[in-house]
Amino acid sequence: MASEYSTADYIQHHLTNAKMCNTESGIAFNKACADAGFWTIHIDTMAWSIGLGILFLAIFRSVGKKATTGVPGKLQALVEIVVDFVDTNVKSTYHGKSSLIAPLALTIFVWVLLMNFMDLVPVDVLPRIAALIGEHAFGMDPHDVYIKSVPTTDLNLTAALAIGVFILMIGYAIKMKGITGFTKELTMQPFNHPAFIPANFILETVTLIARPFSLALRLFGNLYASELIFILIATVGLFQLPLHFAWAVFHLLVLPLQAFLFMTLTIVYLSLASQDH
Amino acid sequence: MNMNATLIGQLIAFTVFVLFCMKYVWPPLMAAIEERQKTIADGLEASKRGEKDLELAQAKATEQLREAKAQAAEIIEQAKRRATQLVDQETQRGNEEREKIISQGYAEIEAERNRVKEDLRKQVAVLAVTGASRILEREIDAQAQNDIVEKLVAEL
Repeated sequence: MASEYSTADYIQHHLTNAKMCNTESGIAFNKACADAGFWTIHIDTMAWSIGLGILFLAIFRSVGKKATTGVPGKLQALVEIVVDFVDTNVKSTYHGKSSLIAPLALTIFVWVLLMNFMDLVPVDVLPRIAALIGEHAFGMDPHDVYIKSVPTTDLNLTAALAIGVFILMIGYAIKMKGITGFTKELTMQPFNHPAFIPANFILETVTLIARPFSLALRLFGNLYASELIFILIATVGLFQLPLHFAWAVFHLLVLPLQAFLFMTLTIVYLSLASQDH
Repeated sequence: MNMNATLIGQLIAFTVFVLFCMKYVWPPLMAAIEERQKTIADGLEASKRGEKDLELAQAKATEQLREAKAQAAEIIEQAKRRATQLVDQETQRGNEEREKIISQGYAEIEAERNRVKEDLRKQVAVLAVTGASRILEREIDAQAQNDIVEKLVAEL
């Protein structure tokens, strides 16, 4: 804990992303980016998420390349359990034929799960290491080194996932039903009468738009809250040890559940998008 | 929350990850899983078939054993019957042989006895004649007295 800083500062510090932006005086970081507006990048979110994504793909790819059809090794067995679990979920929900949905669900599930599990890394470990590196390698003020290591507590990431899924939803709807079918779905339901077209359109659009919002906000909200509580627990002194333990054990349930929910809802939404009513 | 260009970066990363997963991760894993599932299904079926074969073979073996036992019992029965028959036959033959030998013996004895009788008779005739001549102390004309001797001998 940064002793010369107040608790509020401590929490604030932990919840701030490391930023990078392009200003008039060249590439700038963190506080210098306060006015950079949209064209700022959270380098911690990017680095952790891409790193974990590559970790996931590397492991699964290497297992896939070496996959034996005989007796599998332990890692292969684990990977196959995950793949089979996702495949079962996809097959029970999405009845069409698609070579995209199952890999999409697998990517979402494992990637989000890995990013969520960053939540279980003690809240001070990575910021401290980052501060030390920043201080000694780059000569920065250690309090000016920010790192938020759980990518799913960044709304940018969850929103990016949700937007990706949303684009696929629209794409599938148009591919399966055609433009007219999709338009009809938006305008002729739930009241099948020309007079109701505006009302239908408003209702259906809200339904449609609510889906990516709920996806993005559910994951972000859960993870942000849990991370916030981890940080709060870290401020209570010695009692934090049992509290941390209890909260972490609880999150062994919550973190996979959130990853699973994101995956399942993605499948359900895509399934709804490609079904005719 | 401050939304910014991270969103775009993440969207690109997400797309790339999903495409990579779809192209290079999912197909080999799924292929391996499906291949193994097929192998296991085949193996299970083969084992079921093997079990059925074994059952059939066992039933056949039991049947053959039962037949063999029945045959053996029959053969033993036959042998016993044959043995009894042989014993009976041999006993009968023995008896007949014995009867024959005995009757032969009797016949021989009879013949001997007759011969001895004849002998005796002749000797008695001689004796009688000798005795008579001694008694009479004279030579009897054997020819003349022959009829008497003959009579005597016949009486013996």
